[in-house]
Amino acid sequence: MMKITALPCRSAGIALLFTAASFQSCKPRGATAAVTGDAAEKVYVAPGKYDEFYSFVSGGFNGQMSVYGYPSGRLLRIIPVFSLQPENGYGFSEETKPMLNTAHGYVPWDDLHHVSLSTTNGEHDGRWVFANGNNTPRIARVDMSTFRTAEILEIPNSAGNHSSPYITENTEYVVAGTRFSIPVLTNEDVPINTYKDNFRGTISFIKVDPQSGHLNIAFQVLTPGVNFDLARAGKGPSHGWFFFSCYNSEKANTLLEVNASAKDKDFIMAINWKKAEEYLAAGKGKKVAAKYAHNLLDEKTHTATSTILNEVLVLDPKELEGIVYFIPCPKSPHGTDVDPTGEYIVGSGKLAAVIPVFSFTKMQQAIAAKNYDGSYDGLPVLKYEAVLHGEVTKPGLGPLHTEFDANGNAYTSMFVSSEIVKWNVKELKVLDRVPTYYSIGHLSVMGGPTKKPYGKYMVAYNKITKDRYLPVGPELPQSAQLYDISGDKMKLLLDFPTVGEPHYAEAILADKISKNSVKIYKIEENQHPYVSKGEGQTKVERKGNQVHVWMTAIRSHLTPDNIEGVKVGDEVYFHVTNLEQDWDVPHGFAIKGANNAEILIMPGETQTLLFKPDRAGMFPFYCTDFCSALHQEMQGYLRVSPTGSNVALAFSTGTNKPAGDKDSTAAGAKAE
Amino acid sequence: MKHLVFYLLCAGFFTLYACGGNEPPKETTATTPSTENNTATEIHGTEIKAGDITLSTPLNAAWVTKGKEIYGLKCQACHKLTDERLVGPGWKNVTTRREPQWIMNMITNVDMMLEKDAEAQKLLEQCLVRMPNQNITKDEAREILEFMRSNDGVK
Repeated sequence: MMKITALPCRSAGIALLFTAASFQSCKPRGATAAVTGDAAEKVYVAPGKYDEFYSFVSGGFNGQMSVYGYPSGRLLRIIPVFSLQPENGYGFSEETKPMLNTAHGYVPWDDLHHVSLSTTNGEHDGRWVFANGNNTPRIARVDMSTFRTAEILEIPNSAGNHSSPYITENTEYVVAGTRFSIPVLTNEDVPINTYKDNFRGTISFIKVDPQSGHLNIAFQVLTPGVNFDLARAGKGPSHGWFFFSCYNSEKANTLLEVNASAKDKDFIMAINWKKAEEYLAAGKGKKVAAKYAHNLLDEKTHTATSTILNEVLVLDPKELEGIVYFIPCPKSPHGTDVDPTGEYIVGSGKLAAVIPVFSFTKMQQAIAAKNYDGSYDGLPVLKYEAVLHGEVTKPGLGPLHTEFDANGNAYTSMFVSSEIVKWNVKELKVLDRVPTYYSIGHLSVMGGPTKKPYGKYMVAYNKITKDRYLPVGPELPQSAQLYDISGDKMKLLLDFPTVGEPHYAEAILADKISKNSVKIYKIEENQHPYVSKGEGQTKVERKGNQVHVWMTAIRSHLTPDNIEGVKVGDEVYFHVTNLEQDWDVPHGFAIKGANNAEILIMPGETQTLLFKPDRAGMFPFYCTDFCSALHQEMQGYLRVSPTGSNVALAFSTGTNKPAGDKDSTAAGAKAE
Repeated sequence: MKHLVFYLLCAGFFTLYACGGNEPPKETTATTPSTENNTATEIHGTEIKAGDITLSTPLNAAWVTKGKEIYGLKCQACHKLTDERLVGPGWKNVTTRREPQWIMNMITNVDMMLEKDAEAQKLLEQCLVRMPNQNITKDEAREILEFMRSNDGVK
């Protein structure tokens, strides 16, 4: 996301020159200027009461996803997705490390930009949240019953996975589009200035298994070497089509700020994916070698596995007519959004003075009549006027994204003029505008991208914070703002800081997921290979230089809690099973000097921490999650002896068994 | 941290109750979340009454075996089969010390017991760790009871 340093006040001033709509005069906007008297009441959720909505908010450069409750704006949870999280051991435990594996090896960070909540018939079904990793292209699936990352699929032939992860109305597909075009399907080691000859984009259609949610790349559509920004699926009458905004139709490979802004119009690319499916069924897909990782969490073993895959099917629309059409769209469109009826497609040209709205019906007529305006890289370009429903004139400056309510209204974020503009989709009339503080990026109407938006609230995710909160040094939290959109006029209700840098967020009625929330993992169903089903199964075993500890945790002791016979050079695997079966009783495990993190183990779960002692000595370990009045007593010792020592393995809890030293009191100690 | 607060509150509360012999204060709203909107409150077993359980001999061998399995998985970490206290009391002679419905309610219905049973409250004062809800059904509790009887020498 670009950032500007211009003060919002000045932006508003500039906006005045361009728009007839009345703006506030150029004086500092007071923090409370736009807040109405009953705002506090509207966002107050009393202690012990629940919010009406969950919102899944992308974390941007923190690689995580945060979950907020609305209207209170309370942070409920941070879900680690593409970034490791020492707080609970994600990416540190042996079970979760494979989740971050890629064709480039372990990549413990990414830039999580957008989320999509699974839908059935265009309405939220409360099953999964999809998210994109922008930097090392990946798509993740988060399970809404556990709030955990359940799957990550790497996307080959892609760079800058920005135009992702948008879904079709029954979650048939998740799409992933390239931001950067690169030399795909060929040797990538070419001169950069051969961009126009060698660089191509791809759009991946990832099939979602309707039962398990498992992902696999069904096909990739090869495209001209433009840059894809955002996307939305058709719905209702336009189900079967997908729309992608593109910039850099100039095909510049340097100073894009100038060189990709030269043309008056770029494109929205429309893909007929039902047509693509037909070609695929007819065997028109080409198998192409590609190396990418598919990482999947097994709910029964609580363990992720990573598999490297070796090929994808590619469809080339230059050879396969009827898959791809280009719609001219003014000036570097950012968002492309489809209204709840599925008839209107809104393009937000971030440098454009108007917001064009295209008609799906007219687009179909133009395609049938071959009403083309030439071609782009051999692919048909539809005539702008032939597919245009109309333009919203003078909406504001820097339109980025559009969301919808259930009453035929659209809400467009205006980055440069720091405001949200409400307009009527059919009549293209601006109805209202509210300031945002400051420089809004994405916005989110409750249920906004579905066929039946809930409306009620809208949230602005702003890029610039400045003076909104107590200063905390040069780096500020990103600011979000909640608006009441139930009436004719939008009303600011609440400011709240966020985590990371949210890009897109999507909110769902709480009832659709709260009832399915998992409270414990049933210990009877635990199939982890190193589970201890009861304290009677705890043990310590040596396999070469690996020492495996089957450990249990229950209020308020770890078993075994005295371990001897480990030597420098050993790799000690602590497989900790939490024997609790009650909600909200996790235990933690940490050991002195471990070069990773702690692990948190949920009730009934097994998690593994690898510890490589670097010296002989005494290594205390303890429970890190305050679990009971005797939590502080939940601790133990690992004795580490020098390499080659003859101390035998010994372990116990509650009794002082004979030490593992063979020379002294070896009797009763377990022999190695 | 919330656990600590909760347990300390409980411990303090029960100490007061035990010492003073007064009715527990009714002002519990500060520690008990409202459930008006809460669809996700925990589900616990219903109270088992004296007449709900019949004990017979010889013991049901299948129940004893199943009860022992559950003991190994969910109880052993805190309860020994001798009279020695570990985290909770040892199980030796528990079936002669306690009524069968008391034992089963302690297993399946611990919140109710800690709220209104004086003996259960005394145990919390002694042990300082709440008897956990181990997600055990009424039938499984009955099997555990059969294993306890076996442990106490009933044939």
